[in-house]
Amino acid sequence: MKTETIVADVLIIGGGTSGCYAALTIAETQPDIRVVIAEKANIIRSGCLAAGVNALNAYITEGRKPEDYVEYAKKDAAGIVREDLLLSMSKGLNRVTEKLEDLGLVILKDENGKYVTRGNRNIKINGENIKPLLAEAVKKQKNVTVINHVNITDYIVNEGRVSGAYGFDVNEKKAYIFTAKAVLCATGGAAGLYRPNNPGFSRHKMWYSPFNTGAGYAMGILAGAEMTTFEMRFIALRCKDTIAPTGTIAQGVGAKQINSLGENYEEKYGITTQERVYGTVAENQEGRGPCYLHTEGISKEQGEDLLKAYLNMAPSQTLKWIESGKTPDEQDVEIEGTEPYIVGGHTASGYWIDDKRRTTLKGLYAAGDVAGGCPQKYVTGALVEGEIAAKTILEDIVQAEAKTEKFASDFGEMTTKLNQQVETEYEIYFSAEPSFFSIEQLEEAMQKVMDTYAGGISTNYRYNEKQLRIADEKIRMLQEMAERLHAEDMDDLLHIYELRERLVVCRSVIAHLKARKETRWQGFSKNMDYPKQSEEWNKYVNSVLQDGEVKIIIRELGGVEDIRTEVGRA
Amino acid sequence: MSIVINQEKCVKCRRCMEVCPGNLIKADETGRAYIREPKDCWGCTSCVKECRAEAISFFLGADMGGRGSRLTTREEGDYRYWTITSPGGQQKNITINKKDANKY
Repeated sequence: MKTETIVADVLIIGGGTSGCYAALTIAETQPDIRVVIAEKANIIRSGCLAAGVNALNAYITEGRKPEDYVEYAKKDAAGIVREDLLLSMSKGLNRVTEKLEDLGLVILKDENGKYVTRGNRNIKINGENIKPLLAEAVKKQKNVTVINHVNITDYIVNEGRVSGAYGFDVNEKKAYIFTAKAVLCATGGAAGLYRPNNPGFSRHKMWYSPFNTGAGYAMGILAGAEMTTFEMRFIALRCKDTIAPTGTIAQGVGAKQINSLGENYEEKYGITTQERVYGTVAENQEGRGPCYLHTEGISKEQGEDLLKAYLNMAPSQTLKWIESGKTPDEQDVEIEGTEPYIVGGHTASGYWIDDKRRTTLKGLYAAGDVAGGCPQKYVTGALVEGEIAAKTILEDIVQAEAKTEKFASDFGEMTTKLNQQVETEYEIYFSAEPSFFSIEQLEEAMQKVMDTYAGGISTNYRYNEKQLRIADEKIRMLQEMAERLHAEDMDDLLHIYELRERLVVCRSVIAHLKARKETRWQGFSKNMDYPKQSEEWNKYVNSVLQDGEVKIIIRELGGVEDIRTEVGRA
Repeated sequence: MSIVINQEKCVKCRRCMEVCPGNLIKADETGRAYIREPKDCWGCTSCVKECRAEAISFFLGADMGGRGSRLTTREEGDYRYWTITSPGGQQKNITINKKDANKY
């Protein structure tokens, strides 16, 4: 396998929402800094926004303050958030929205030229092309190089500093080594850990991108970064089968959640994100399912408009309505909870970072779905985090250079050694004996273990300590089996690494679920040994991988000013 | 839920292979596109939009209530035209003005 080494000032792993915005921020602030984006697919349609999005769900509407957004997110997460992170994010939401409009995003306005709002925090857009708009803006920057179709698997850690990363081309047999003064992790979260809603032919028809397989989390865990709140999994309430978003129906046309008897059950359980899921599961368990969003009786025009709205975001739902022979004004929309995802843009799972988006590893920064502590980011929040991280990186590079710190590109000899190591790591899978089990079989086994023993759909998101212990044991076995897999081509190698990442994340999720001895978000997960919320657990559950074991660190609620002085404070 | 590629219409431009977020579309020995594993498709329709030859259509699996209708699309100026064709050949057209925001 040949290897190409690329030297940059800043390496951005993942050209999704926050990665692209970080690159733009650096390019527009300091055009002499060389930025490389390493992207697993192609930035035109990669990441969560591939199909589009039809509202910006994090915006400070007129008469509201960033502090109100912080309060909302804190309440929604039952207190387990970093208010410092939420505040710095909230303050930037409107700024990045303006920028999106400058880039060409269509935003709905009233006759006075003001954005039309949907509820207290949302504005309406035509976001079918939001990702191509961002990608085009990035491509115009002279100092930004985008390398598409490269899957990054590991960081390069040198003398305590993350000095780059390595990976491979997903199409041809070629490895890549990137060295950089700073690395921004912006890979997105993890889907596919649990058995999905549609386990058969449509197994990838999930809400979150099935190609976001937790690489960013896994690289951090393996390199010893401190991570937070993996026990706060995200279960989305979605349209049945298509797993399409429900906000456009619930907020857009004001449809209420009803059970099969036609009763509105929203007030009975509450309307925070996790309460909406909990209520739906509970109604089903008590024999009053299926549950619906009550759209029957909306106007014909609204029905037709919903068909359009979903084409700009989740075309499968529009097709589903048409296949059924009835538009949304003629029938209610059945809803269900999804399998659990780990996604820091909605919940608080991810890297433990400071207010400037530094991780606990020197030289490594995090933004978007991989960054922890800061839920309810949505698109705009991810953009702000990209911006904050980019600015911090620029400041830190200047400081490090003033102190004449050494960067990876100065290491010379080490590069040759690294080349060999990287090639060997990937070649092992090609030279391995053909494996008895396929990659797909191991993936299914992992999803079954997580579903059954770590609170998946089939247990209504419930688990106990004994089950979690079994889950951990079985995931460890699968990790061993995955080491012996055989790759025939680069697609196989990609899938082996995706499985490896997911298994690493699974172990951390299991350890975190076990550590929080209470039930904080009963819609997302119910710890049957500790079914109630407890004041004692007004704490963060963090972890670090040490000698192959997930070591739990409990931290008091509050902010982190500078991660470099905070590490080890537990 | 997945896509179908009509190889007779494929013009070998490779755009679909370039944009698929899952890297699922490959070229066969003649250079025409095919999907390696239909069940790995996310259903984002990026390739359907990108294909200028309208060779790619999108469908719902039977496990999701699909009955065999195909979704295709083309873009012209400010408009995106979507067409859903049932197995019996009936068509439903939906036109979206790209300058119009979602009202909901």
